[in-house]
Amino acid sequence: MNDAAQPKVRVATTSLAGCFGCHMSFLDIDERLFELLERIEFDRSPFTDIKHCGPCDVGLIEGGICNADNVHVLREFRKNCKILVAVGACAVNGGLPAQRNHIDLGECLEEVYVTEISLAKGCIPNDPELPLPLDKVHPLHEVVKIDYFLPGCPPTADAIWKFLTDLLAGRTPHLGHGLIHYD
Amino acid sequence: MGTHAELEAIVDRYSGESTALLQILREAQEIEGWLPPATLTCLARLLEMPRARVEGVAGFYSFLHIERAGRYRVLFSDNITDRMAGNSELLDRFCNSLWLERGKTSEDGLALVDTTSCTGMCDQGPAMLVNGWAIPQLTPARVDEVAELIRSHTPVEDWPAALFQIEDNIHRSDMLLDASLEPGAAIRAAATSGPLATLEAIQCSNLRGRGGAGFATGLKWQSCRNATGDMHYVVCNADEGEPGTFKDRVLLTRYADLVFEGMTVCAFVIGARKGFLYLRGEYRHLLAPLQEVLARRRSDGLLGNDICGQPGFEFDIDIHLGAGAYICGEESALIESLEGRRGIPRNRPPYPVTHGYLQQPTTVNNVETFCAAALIALRGGEWYAGIGTGKSTGTKVLSVSGDCVRPGIYEYPFGVTVRQVLEDCGAQRTQAVQISGPSGTCIDATEFERRIAFEDLPTAGAFMVFDESRDIFEVASNFVHFFAHESCGFCTPCRVGTTLLRNVIDKLHKGKGSQHDLNQIFKLSRLLQSASHCGLGHTACNPLLDTIKRFRPAYERRLESLEFEPAFDLDGALERARAMTGRDDAGAHLRTDE
Ligand SMILES: Cc1cc2nc3c(=O)[nH]c(=O)nc-3n(C[C@H](O)[C@H](O)[C@H](O)COP(=O)(O)O)c2cc1C
Ligand code: SF4
Ligand code: SF4
Repeated sequence: MNDAAQPKVRVATTSLAGCFGCHMSFLDIDERLFELLERIEFDRSPFTDIKHCGPCDVGLIEGGICNADNVHVLREFRKNCKILVAVGACAVNGGLPAQRNHIDLGECLEEVYVTEISLAKGCIPNDPELPLPLDKVHPLHEVVKIDYFLPGCPPTADAIWKFLTDLLAGRTPHLGHGLIHYD
Repeated sequence: MGTHAELEAIVDRYSGESTALLQILREAQEIEGWLPPATLTCLARLLEMPRARVEGVAGFYSFLHIERAGRYRVLFSDNITDRMAGNSELLDRFCNSLWLERGKTSEDGLALVDTTSCTGMCDQGPAMLVNGWAIPQLTPARVDEVAELIRSHTPVEDWPAALFQIEDNIHRSDMLLDASLEPGAAIRAAATSGPLATLEAIQCSNLRGRGGAGFATGLKWQSCRNATGDMHYVVCNADEGEPGTFKDRVLLTRYADLVFEGMTVCAFVIGARKGFLYLRGEYRHLLAPLQEVLARRRSDGLLGNDICGQPGFEFDIDIHLGAGAYICGEESALIESLEGRRGIPRNRPPYPVTHGYLQQPTTVNNVETFCAAALIALRGGEWYAGIGTGKSTGTKVLSVSGDCVRPGIYEYPFGVTVRQVLEDCGAQRTQAVQISGPSGTCIDATEFERRIAFEDLPTAGAFMVFDESRDIFEVASNFVHFFAHESCGFCTPCRVGTTLLRNVIDKLHKGKGSQHDLNQIFKLSRLLQSASHCGLGHTACNPLLDTIKRFRPAYERRLESLEFEPAFDLDGALERARAMTGRDDAGAHLRTDE
């Protein structure tokens, strides 16, 4: 079969309220990346620096939703991606950033920008350029419909590889034993 | 905290047994209305157990308070039947009149007001518990009276007895409720025919457990009798936590001798010397009367040594009071609780018949099962097998509540139709009946010819009636909240799953649901059914599945869209940040129609 004749699967990725650890784990598939690039091409992604997502087959999202901008980006992905995947604990559950959910947002901002001794003394930034934080950090599926969840912090390179190869082969992704670790 | 001497006296009364931890904590709480850290530390020392274990147990039971809880703890029963009778308005009225906020101990330490799961007063609701004592038939006047008593700091012991008056409301009796058994008659009959013949009678009666699962009682007794162990135990399950069920309360109020008689017969058959009655904390008011019955039976030679003159037949019964945990009705959790631990269900197998209380062979039966067993010992298995249907012999005591003229206790031979019960209790324009509580089945008007029997509609006794004026969604929502509240938290599928279900139902309640949320319910239900550790998780979805199937429009009219709706108000989630930054530009808002 002539692979070249098959159109490539278009993939977009982004990091919202995450640490880029999931993207790093993605890169950890190492030389398998070449194999993957035969089958896929990247749309909006830190790998391409394309600013806005166009029509895609798959969207991979790392990180949860902590501010208004995250909501806009997530909605853009949902509008354009046939399949949307929550990658990593932050996207699936809110993860580490959601630790702040126990603290009142007002107190949080006060402490960071006003009472804490820091370089920029003064006030809570209010420039309209800046996205406003939500009062709580939320997982992706509370804002848009998510089709698949890839757990782990981060999911291992093998797990990401297995997930993507299953998806490309038309199989329902199944990680199974050994690829999901919680400890 | 209670003084060292006070606590020591309590511990001594229980001979310093670690198995009595729950009882000790319950009594220690009576000193100050809560369990301060120093009390827990002191008890841990006296009992020579890790403090973490003491606090772990104290933290598990909802009637034990490890945070300051006030001199008066007032809990409004929050079953759907209490709701239908207006408990929310009464709770608000009560809070307003005492200037209290629900769920928060007042600053002067006077009172804590909150809700609790069904207290088993559904035929005379709405009800409340004050420091553990039940007050039924709440009206605005009664609620004001209670508020006044609290305002005047009157000790609960001095409150008018009329407040605590609880009715039996028996409206239909059959062979069990009609039985006037002379105390000791069944034991003497068993002693005359011997343990094996008595066991045979139980087997031949085809008696099945009345606690819900319907396990064959004869088989259970036989397995327990044959199991080897140092000691055998009899346990009567009077935890009766299933919302809408209150028949065990009436059996223990009016037929306590019959219950103890059945337990003693069981002890005779399986060779037990020790028995426990696990009484739910909500029935605190029954403790003293039951203890009196036990004392009388001891002095009549029906408990103790050489019972009924049978040399070597020795048996006695202790009452163990629960502390507000539905899960303790599950037999292995109940045994854990009896042993003075958190009520977390054990792995099964091994089953209690071989590894029960203190890992010894233990027979756990429901209150009503023991009553029936006593009658069988007296009158024979064949007589009993002749009543009811093929697979469900004997009678069933139903607890009828909700929309009907005569709520209360109804005993029928198995096989009675739902329609018959509805007629007898004076129910009109009935829309649905919840059989056997939230973990049971909800049926609609097309199914009223169905029969109460293990082969059709099995039940532990609850029969809650909803007429056409009711919104069935509210019923399901109440039950979903019940399970989320009562999940013991041991296994993740149920701990998280029941909370997710509650979130979905709350979202629907606000009219913010979508088809996606309904799909989510089905997904969660598969997960709960396949992955939960015990029956609570397995049945937690029943109310939703049953009502979505039969009353789908009640859900559909709460959908905002057919696709997807966010779980929270996106623009509202920016409100705090807007306030902190003083911004109100376009970028400081999130549109919901995108
Ligand atoms: C979550 C849960 C709650 C239960 N609650 C009760 C109860 O309140 N009373 C009861 O008799 N059985 C209850 N059961 C059933 C008991 O585990 C057990 O099957 C029963 O006590 C056995 O007695 P029986 O054979 O006489 O019915 C419950 C089971 C589960 C899973
Ligand atoms: S899941 Fe872990 S690795 Fe991935 S973004 Fe969150 S914190 Fe980073
Ligand atoms: S299913 Fe629920 S109640 Fe049962 S053990 Fe698990 S968490 Fe506890």
